Amino acid sequence: MAKNIAVIGDAESVKGFSAIGIDIYPCSESDEAARLLRNIADSETYAIIYLTEEVYGNTAKERLRYEEKLIPAIIPLPSVTGNMGTGRKRLSSFVEKAVGSDIIFNN
Amino acid sequence: MAVMNVNPTRMQLTKLKKQLKTAVRGHKMLKDKRDELMRQFLELVRETKDLREKVEAELENSNNHFVNASAVMSKEALDASLMSPKQQVNIETTSKNVMSVEIPQFESSARTSDSGDIFPYGFAFTSFELDDAIVSLNNVLPDLIKLAQYEKSCELMSAEIEKTRRRVNSLEHVMIPRYQDTIKYISMKLEENDRSSRTRLMKVKDMLLDKAHNYSGKQ
Repeated sequence: MAKNIAVIGDAESVKGFSAIGIDIYPCSESDEAARLLRNIADSETYAIIYLTEEVYGNTAKERLRYEEKLIPAIIPLPSVTGNMGTGRKRLSSFVEKAVGSDIIFNN
Repeated sequence: MAVMNVNPTRMQLTKLKKQLKTAVRGHKMLKDKRDELMRQFLELVRETKDLREKVEAELENSNNHFVNASAVMSKEALDASLMSPKQQVNIETTSKNVMSVEIPQFESSARTSDSGDIFPYGFAFTSFELDDAIVSLNNVLPDLIKLAQYEKSCELMSAEIEKTRRRVNSLEHVMIPRYQDTIKYISMKLEENDRSSRTRLMKVKDMLLDKAHNYSGKQ
């Protein structure tokens, strides 16, 4: 079944994504973001859910449930306020988990 | 020496030997699986890292255009021009099996036949910065989808590698030594029983001979 892409984040950051065919869920409160994430991830209409780094940081507990599942893929993206390096940290945490120590990002 | 709580019998010994053989074979196979997964994982991580850097740079570029657009247009006009999107990205998800790890494959398709057909507004009343922003965002979309696929694969593979590593370690350092020790314990116990019954037999034989022929010379 064909699925869609969603993006959750502050209105400024996500606005543009609607033009290229991605469903946007603007929200500013972290509680609301967590609820939104749960709702749209459980609805199973989305294969990929992008989160701005702020939302990503605030929804650690909710994200845990989807870690082992094939879909949805929950991916952090930098917002308009600038890059906080969440994506890099996330990748490095994968390497650390698999290898035991970070051998890719340590330079 | 960690010996399992088993009866030192020949049947138990055969059973344990069989189990040890399975454990050793399983260990070898899991180790191969771990090594191969690790190789593929590291390859994927390197690719993902480059892709993420690229995507983040492009997103920043697009965000800059957006900020410029919102500077020259009123907020209402900007919101209104983006209000009714034309496009819809559809994702066809399939999965690929890599060393028993299911990783997702995303295949994207646009709703309209022309994927360049993205502007949901007329050009008359909008800033060219907005066009730039949307074009650059549209250009990054394929990479964005690929990034999602790669990162999810990394996530799933790292979890599997961790699990496999634990299994390999537990087999190598706990299960296999325990089997070996128990096998040694049982075979030693059996040999001991063997010796003890042999000496008993020799003793009995001596006693019988003694009785029959009176070797010791006693009356």
